[in-house]
Amino acid sequence: MIKANFNTVLLFWSIGLFAQNKPHIAFINATAHIGNGQVIEKSLFVINGNKIESIVDVTGIKLNPSAFDTVIDLSDKHLYPALINVNNILGLHDAEAVRATADFAEVGQLNPHIRALIAYNTDNQIIPTVKTNGVLYTQVTPRGGLISGSSSIMALEGWNWEDAVLKADDGIHVNFPSIVETRMNESNEQYKKRQKHFQDEMQKLNHFFREAKAYCNSETKPETNLRFEAMKTVFSGTARLYLHTNSAKDILNTIAFVQQHTIKYPVLVGAKESYKVVLELKKSGIPVMLNRVNDLPLREDDDLDIVFKLPALLQKDSILFCLQLEGDMEAMQSRNLPFNAGNAVAYGLSKEEALAAISLNAAKIMGVSHILGSLEENKLASFVVSNGDLLDMKSNAVVMAFISGKAIQLNNKQTELYQKYLNKYRLK
Amino acid sequence: MYKKSILRLFFLFLTFHIRSQTTFPSNGAPHPVHSTHAFINASLFIDYETFVKKGTLLIKDGKVIAAGLKVEVPKEAIIHDLEGKYIYPSFIDLFCDYGIPESTTQRAPRNGPQMQSNIKGAYGWNQAIHSETEAHKLLQHQNDLALEFKKAGFGTVLTHKKDGIVRGSGTLVNLSNKKENECIVNDRTAGFYSFNKGSSTQDYPSSLAGAVALLRQTYYDALWYAAAEDNKEYNISLDEFNKLKLLPSVFESTDKYDVARIEQLAKEFNTTYLVKACGTEYQRISDMKESGLKFILPLNFPDAYDVQDPFEAEALHLSDLKHWELAPSNPSAFEKYFIPFCLSASDLKNKDQFLHQLRKAVRYGLTEKTALKALTFQPAAFLNVQNKIGSLKPGFQANFFISTTSVFEQDAIVLQHWVLGEAETFSDPEKPDLSGTYELRAGKKTYTVTISGSTSQAEGYILADTAKAKFTFSFIPPLFSFSFPYDSSKTARASGYLQKKNKTISGKGQWADGDWFNFEMQYMTAPDSIKSAKKSTPPLQLGKVIYPFTAYGEAIPESEGTFRNNWNKFKNRYSAILIKNATVWTNKGDTVLLDHDVYVVNGRIVRIAPNIEAPKLAFAKIIDAKGKHLTPGIIDEHSHIALSRGVNEGTEASSAEVRMGDAIDPEDINIYRQLAGGVTTAQLLHGSANPIGGQSALIKLRWGQNAEGLKYEKSAPFIKFALGENVKQSNWGDRSVVRFPQSRMGVEQVYMDFFIRAKEYKALKQNSSKGAVFRIDLEMEALSEILENKRFITCHSYVQSEINMLMHVADSMGFKVNTFTHILEGYKVADKMKFHGANASTFSDWWAYKNEVMEAIPHNAAMLSKMGVITAINSDDAEMARRLNQEAAKAIKYGGLSETEALKLVTLNPAIMLHIDDKVGSIAVGKTADLVLWTDNPLSVYARVDKTIIDGQIYFDRDEDQKLKTYIKEEKARLIAKIIQEKQYGGKMQKAKTKQKKLYHCDTMESDYQSVLITNEIMTHD
Repeated sequence: MIKANFNTVLLFWSIGLFAQNKPHIAFINATAHIGNGQVIEKSLFVINGNKIESIVDVTGIKLNPSAFDTVIDLSDKHLYPALINVNNILGLHDAEAVRATADFAEVGQLNPHIRALIAYNTDNQIIPTVKTNGVLYTQVTPRGGLISGSSSIMALEGWNWEDAVLKADDGIHVNFPSIVETRMNESNEQYKKRQKHFQDEMQKLNHFFREAKAYCNSETKPETNLRFEAMKTVFSGTARLYLHTNSAKDILNTIAFVQQHTIKYPVLVGAKESYKVVLELKKSGIPVMLNRVNDLPLREDDDLDIVFKLPALLQKDSILFCLQLEGDMEAMQSRNLPFNAGNAVAYGLSKEEALAAISLNAAKIMGVSHILGSLEENKLASFVVSNGDLLDMKSNAVVMAFISGKAIQLNNKQTELYQKYLNKYRLK
Repeated sequence: MYKKSILRLFFLFLTFHIRSQTTFPSNGAPHPVHSTHAFINASLFIDYETFVKKGTLLIKDGKVIAAGLKVEVPKEAIIHDLEGKYIYPSFIDLFCDYGIPESTTQRAPRNGPQMQSNIKGAYGWNQAIHSETEAHKLLQHQNDLALEFKKAGFGTVLTHKKDGIVRGSGTLVNLSNKKENECIVNDRTAGFYSFNKGSSTQDYPSSLAGAVALLRQTYYDALWYAAAEDNKEYNISLDEFNKLKLLPSVFESTDKYDVARIEQLAKEFNTTYLVKACGTEYQRISDMKESGLKFILPLNFPDAYDVQDPFEAEALHLSDLKHWELAPSNPSAFEKYFIPFCLSASDLKNKDQFLHQLRKAVRYGLTEKTALKALTFQPAAFLNVQNKIGSLKPGFQANFFISTTSVFEQDAIVLQHWVLGEAETFSDPEKPDLSGTYELRAGKKTYTVTISGSTSQAEGYILADTAKAKFTFSFIPPLFSFSFPYDSSKTARASGYLQKKNKTISGKGQWADGDWFNFEMQYMTAPDSIKSAKKSTPPLQLGKVIYPFTAYGEAIPESEGTFRNNWNKFKNRYSAILIKNATVWTNKGDTVLLDHDVYVVNGRIVRIAPNIEAPKLAFAKIIDAKGKHLTPGIIDEHSHIALSRGVNEGTEASSAEVRMGDAIDPEDINIYRQLAGGVTTAQLLHGSANPIGGQSALIKLRWGQNAEGLKYEKSAPFIKFALGENVKQSNWGDRSVVRFPQSRMGVEQVYMDFFIRAKEYKALKQNSSKGAVFRIDLEMEALSEILENKRFITCHSYVQSEINMLMHVADSMGFKVNTFTHILEGYKVADKMKFHGANASTFSDWWAYKNEVMEAIPHNAAMLSKMGVITAINSDDAEMARRLNQEAAKAIKYGGLSETEALKLVTLNPAIMLHIDDKVGSIAVGKTADLVLWTDNPLSVYARVDKTIIDGQIYFDRDEDQKLKTYIKEEKARLIAKIIQEKQYGGKMQKAKTKQKKLYHCDTMESDYQSVLITNEIMTHD
């Protein structure tokens, strides 16, 4: 047994203490943010191997240090579940503009058989810069086409994708056709063309789903259809169907689509105008992966703060949602996921609700909340320790992070460059 | 040719040439006609203000002989009795391309850059300058269009080739069917200009700012060309431009803010323009007045929108809906402000909408007299031909039209249009009015027939033994045929003619059994004068103009008076503001004052202390800031908001002559959004597509003011430079491998080349003797200013090698690089930057979007700061600029800056690098009151802006914002209700379509900005 205070922990890493098979470690005195809304001001958090053994209020407990391999004192520090970055291309490119490094979109319209995890590069340069802010999981997701392919839930640590994957092919992503115009200044011809295009796309999608279902139901298959095969898990309910759509009218259309094809686990992604159709959304029971908080309103007349307020609005109506970052530079922005959640706090969400929106809710929506998303017994020991409030950039300072009971490195290329030039200039 | 109707044949005698074509040989005997025509009993407008009832108009040989009440009709005159009809002088349209063939060169899909003009011959360098175009040499009658014009009341048009930035001369044409030789009133009548490069396939200019710059340089070149004597090139474009300048100038605008751009040109080159307006000018009417310019107004009022689907209707902005409601009041706004204007049928899809729209304008407050003036006298006077056309005084051209009644009546139509004494007949004005009661004697039977309604839409019924039945007839004067039922199921048919004398119709008929009968239909009495009940139009209730004309704009309260634009006065309602008990982040060292008051008088901070006594000024506002934080306003060193039609003139390696100040869009909603994020000042930069970009514009976010009102007064001039992948076009696709430079090696030589040339230019300018001819080169002027340390560089940069390079170039040329922007590898050369004296304006944590940013680190800002380089965090992004405080706070996390140092990254430091730190950037006595009140520590993600103050005036206030939201909701609801009502009246509808503004980044290319221009045209959905 070694009793350690926090400052010696870094040393332990280097001597490989945590490398042992089933470490039994107690973390004491941290303010624990469970992820389910609860906070324990002074906690006793115990991990055993790759699992969380227990988490309780440490007040009044007489700790027997010999029961643990290590006891780490986290006084004045904050303990959080690992943050989960859903619906993102993180891991699928380095320099986004350089075609050779980009692996996030395939040609073709109907690509359910395309699997994002295959291109997920654990040696990607961006990933290490994301972990340092508390984000330890990502749902690697393909882009493009009408059906982009399937996403997988990955730990941001691993020798290769096989090693890093937590849940492979957790769902298929559909870029739902939009009836509402969001492009600029269309002419009448463009308007008609778009209407036609919308109808064609809807037809294509409906047709594909019907055909795929029929294929999956049929006992004999004279010929294998990879695209249809890939849809099996969606129909059987072992995978989600992620429907990317934003405007109110499109959301209604999406709900109708889900009903028509009796999709077991549908998820709305984006849903920028979900606040306009809350009742319908609630009735449908479809959870939402909400548009990034750091975004502009859809229209110039919109409430200035509508995007900031959106999480609080859905929370108020008890709609299950999590936050995601699809959009410009989303991979690089992954490290700002906690701050997106923090931004929503200024507009009505509570801090613990904001945390849930990037941890437990995400796990629930993706169907992995039994092992991930909060600091609860028997879940994976994946968590972060921060000197201050994780959701505020002013105080976010992650000093320790574990994935499945394994402490991970928190340096990256950027911190190394920083260090290199600190040395060059002889700065502290 | 127009297919002649039978009616036209009837009037064939009128179409003979009145004035013969002297130089043309005649095939067979010539057929000269010199008839005199007298139009009597007409309601006659001799000119827009002289009206006579039962007047006479006498014309001969295409000219007016006499017009008035007491006109003696000579006995040889052909008399036209126009009882009940109206005569107006023909309208004149100054803006059209009648009879001008369209450009054959279409802009082809891009095949890579086109750097040079592809016009062959001794023309100028730019393909959008068509000074040599002469409409009178291109003119070919376009008969269908001429008919449309004449039916809408227009007899004379000023036509030009609508192509390019300089469009050459237009010609004034009478819309007669005669040969062109006789129709041209004046050959080179006016010069035409625009900001739209039209069919030019040359890359430059690709932006609005570039178009303005091109025009400006063309003026200077033409001045030089006119004065230079020897060794000058021959240049058709400049030669012709100088001739064009002598004519009245017409400038096409596509945006109300173009008017200020045109006004600037007018001032700079001591000229004036007649501005072709776009129809939204009422939204800034006092600016129109102050421009001192004259206007051609279109009547392109938008159709109502289809709002049935409330979700789809959300695509409509408040500004779309308000414009729908207020557009018809545009002409009356000009009238109220005494701004000279004429009206035009341009921008209408079909000319036949013109009279309808004209009536609408009158219904919205335009007086009939001014409307007539704007269609007759005024356009003529604008062209100095008011002694030839536009009126029917003796000696004037006999151009006039006859209408059924006053043109301002709802169903008035043009019956006949005379141009140069030649008639175009749409419906015979002398067609007898058949309405009345007749006694029909058919064989041995007698019936009573009643015909009612106007000549064109008459209907009849017949009474036989008190049973009423339909009397069907056809009347092609003088022939009259009819049928009517008798004996319950039988039909009698008859045909005859009208006897002019006693209105009796007689002829032969046939009964159902085949027997013939004679008939006579004798006129008995006039019809009962049942005045058709006029459609009651609801009283005109209009919403107010808001400033700016977009969501979150504000109307001027009634108490301020609506006639003059008192917007600025209204906004400046507080002469003093006292902010009580705030936590004040002064930016003086690390000082943060707790529980302090800040007192602002007339826009300046006059006192900072605890417990300042409340002022007793009438217009003082006291803000309780207990628990809140007060900081200086945020300054965004790198922004591309509030710009119109292109942020990059990246078509050439240098565009130093381009000014972003020429392209400011004061209505960009992002101004307001960023106010709500605490931004008070922003530098609007040219993009980064070329090594030497354009000149920057520094603005304050004075939401509601016009472009001039946004500009930061007397700020130091800046220019954008750029390095790296954008300027060498690395990410522009495989075709962009033509423009120099394509490597960082070439970039250095671009600078060496341009600065050496600028030095030589400067020397040449200094040595050129007084009065000697010197060609002003706007590009070289801007570069000379850099060499003289009068203009400062903000340089887009990423990689250390190129940063190093530019500092070397600057050192060798004797100036300093003021600011490196982006500067993501600045941390690698921080010592060199410090030594050179450059500032840094960077992103907090952006990276990985392209190859040159792969070595970026988020600790950059902190490290540069620690090395003593003045460092700022900027946005370059409309979204991020809403939360620059958060971006600054990241420097606490990455690199460990203190909170006060972090705040300076977005306040004091950018102020220093923009040379405005004497006025803004900190909270100190004597400084301008640009302040932000936050709900929390401004560096926390949980902080929101409560108030943003610029120049001591509150430009954003959370409570006011709530009121504006309510206003938007209520106003949209009111307008949609009105549209639904309109729909019930059967008004035309168009589909709801969003008009989104583009969000600009450094590398946005506006290659398709022409398509943006089209958006000002009204598009109707069929």
